[in-house]
Amino acid sequence: MSTLVDSQEQNPEHHHTPKGFKRWLYTTNHKDIGSLYLIFSLTMFIVGGAMAMVIRAELFQPGLQLVDPHFFNQMTTVHGLIMVFGAVMPAFTGLANWMIPMMIGAPDMALPRMNNWSFWILPFAFSILLMSLFMEGGGPAFGWTFYAPLSTTYSNDNTALFVFAVHIMGISSIMGAINVIVTIVNLRAPGMTWMKLPLFVWTWLITAFLLIAVMPVLAGAVTMVLTDKYFGTSFFDAAGGGDPVMFQHIFWFFGHPEVYIMILPAFGIISTIVPTFSRKKLFGYASMVYATSSIALLSFVVWAHHMFTTGMPLAGELFFMYATMLISVPTGVKVFNWVATMWRGSITFEIPMLFSIAFIVLFTLGGFSGLMLAITPADFQYHDTYFVVAHFHYVLVTGAVFSIMAGAYYWLPKWTGHMFDITLAKWHFWLSLVSVNILFFPMHFVGLAGMPRRIPDYALQFADFNAIISIGGFAFGLSQLLFVAVVYKCARGGESVPNKVWDGAEGLEWEVSSPAPYHTFSTPPEVK
Amino acid sequence: MEQKYENYFVPEQSQWPIIGAVAMFFIAVGAGLTVMQIDSTASSGSYILYGGIGILIYMLFGWFKHVIEESQKGLYSAQMDRSFRQGMSWFIFSEVMFFLAFFGALFYARVLSVPWLGGASNNAMTYEVLWPNFEAVWPLLTTPSGETTNAMGWQGLPLINTIILLTSSVTMHFAHVAMERDERLKLKIFLSLTVLLGAVFLGLQVEEYRHAYNDLNLTLQSGLYGNTFYLLTGFHGLHVTLGTLMLLIVLLRIFKGHLDSKQHFAFQAAAWYWHFVDVVWLCLFVFVYVL
Repeated sequence: MSTLVDSQEQNPEHHHTPKGFKRWLYTTNHKDIGSLYLIFSLTMFIVGGAMAMVIRAELFQPGLQLVDPHFFNQMTTVHGLIMVFGAVMPAFTGLANWMIPMMIGAPDMALPRMNNWSFWILPFAFSILLMSLFMEGGGPAFGWTFYAPLSTTYSNDNTALFVFAVHIMGISSIMGAINVIVTIVNLRAPGMTWMKLPLFVWTWLITAFLLIAVMPVLAGAVTMVLTDKYFGTSFFDAAGGGDPVMFQHIFWFFGHPEVYIMILPAFGIISTIVPTFSRKKLFGYASMVYATSSIALLSFVVWAHHMFTTGMPLAGELFFMYATMLISVPTGVKVFNWVATMWRGSITFEIPMLFSIAFIVLFTLGGFSGLMLAITPADFQYHDTYFVVAHFHYVLVTGAVFSIMAGAYYWLPKWTGHMFDITLAKWHFWLSLVSVNILFFPMHFVGLAGMPRRIPDYALQFADFNAIISIGGFAFGLSQLLFVAVVYKCARGGESVPNKVWDGAEGLEWEVSSPAPYHTFSTPPEVK
Repeated sequence: MEQKYENYFVPEQSQWPIIGAVAMFFIAVGAGLTVMQIDSTASSGSYILYGGIGILIYMLFGWFKHVIEESQKGLYSAQMDRSFRQGMSWFIFSEVMFFLAFFGALFYARVLSVPWLGGASNNAMTYEVLWPNFEAVWPLLTTPSGETTNAMGWQGLPLINTIILLTSSVTMHFAHVAMERDERLKLKIFLSLTVLLGAVFLGLQVEEYRHAYNDLNLTLQSGLYGNTFYLLTGFHGLHVTLGTLMLLIVLLRIFKGHLDSKQHFAFQAAAWYWHFVDVVWLCLFVFVYVL
């Protein structure tokens, strides 16, 4: 104890909130860093969304109207990269930063300075990526999956900037994940045993493991792209003994776990919110933990289901098909558990609960189309069509993004001390829900009818559906500005809220005052 | 048991991380531009790169100095120490996965794609139509497009380097034992020896590359054999460099009287890292050189 007193005497300002811009640049506080991550993520969500608007505007009618095909390709590529690495992942990391220490009764993250470092790398990494769009030759235009030889032989000269931007993004993610894992393993309050951990913490623990395991593989993949393009190696070139298919194997060994990195924390958020507004304990807590772990382990042995049409031995296609279908078992466990939690609960439909229910229904829909894609012979038909686009936008937008919205609405009053504007939030929810389905649902139809993805122009028979999709897209994009407005208003003021904002809520975060003080749990609470 | 929960040290604001982020920015932009300017006379990229590396070194000095001062003041509790140790272990795990990507490429090529180019499995037509003269053997000394090179044997320098690195792992272990028993002289001798062996290893590695380029015509462009050879040994060499630097910093601290049997995380981390690069080298020696 003496050492703590010492350090406080040396730094009398330590327990006051620092002021000015230095507060944000130099901060070691998990709440500040969490806010930075969330604000950054929201900014990137708008930027990446604007790129989606460009894509939808071009696709509103058949023919080439607004942008040239090369720029269109840059938009699809950078939209994907920004939404994956700039919007969804930092949002979850931001929620982790804010909530994990409060949920486990820790004073902060385990390695606070490294935490700051991993955040501040991100704005720089994305400015490099965005900068390349304005350079001669343009930005990356080979799809976010940067398949060789598109990214090697046929890419523009600025590819090196993409490679190094991805490198430092990866470093940031790895450091963030190490911090989360160490915090959870080492900083739980006394009595917070493993099977008492809130599920959001559990899912993030497993996500962090996935991040540390696969981000370095992505670094390896971009490094090989770099040397193939600029230094004359031939990892992905058959003339030198390499194989372009090898790129896809390495990339998807990263890529598939990456997909679960973007959905496991979502499961954690939904598992937190559904019990609160059903006023019941979560049904099947232990099975949720085991299901999450199984999904994570299975994610390492299913990568080639992204490559059925690329070609692989028959035994490989069978293995990856069955392994993929196996994932629907633990995922099904989760969906049934959420529904069983709501069963005979005293449900109320506050905004976080609305988003959660929308998540459960629409994510399940995305899961079903995933199951269709998992069937190898069927995938031969669906591959690289809008059906795939519909599938992954259902799991990532109505899945991951809706869960982030749900989490933001759930914890926003705790962060700011104010209730958000409920009317505006309701508008946001209903407009999003309707428009997102107008946006993504018809994509199933055009996909099944054979419209390929990543093209700026299309055959005439797809025109009507594409016009509808674009209208849904603009509506969904504009609706998100309401979210910005809600967050801004809530940060500025509003009706004060009690410590326990939602009356069915459980967990340590509801025992501290609202807004949460700058430092919480400097001495850990006793968990019974 | 309760006591250990009460001292968790949350550092005050620090300027070092943001300086580190700025350094990363310049390094990424600089490295990108340098690579893009390879074939031109422009050199603006390399200046940005060196600037970034300079800032990074400045940051590391400042950050390490700060942390060492905190450590010397006794601000770090046992729980803090566990955070550091776990953090380091996970970092090493991420490094393992990084090497796995390149080993994966090596195994994929050797077991699957090179035999396929030679007509194995159902690829008879690929072979007949595209590369009828190609012979699928490893080391891949003649690429499908007809470039030739020579293989690096394992008997000469690589074997000596293996012995050096294995010896350095043993001296590292002796240093560790000495650290735990507070036998300072023994510690200094064995740790110095480890650093020295690391430096000799790196010197010989440079010599080996020189030999490969000048005498064997084995270059980075020599098809997949040269590619995997240079990327695997090259990244390993970079990690040995980093490990040697870590050990050197720890050694200098030990000469200054820092670190003892009770608190020696920095030493422990560097030692783990050293054993890790050693294990990677063993895999390299077996799969890149011998087999």
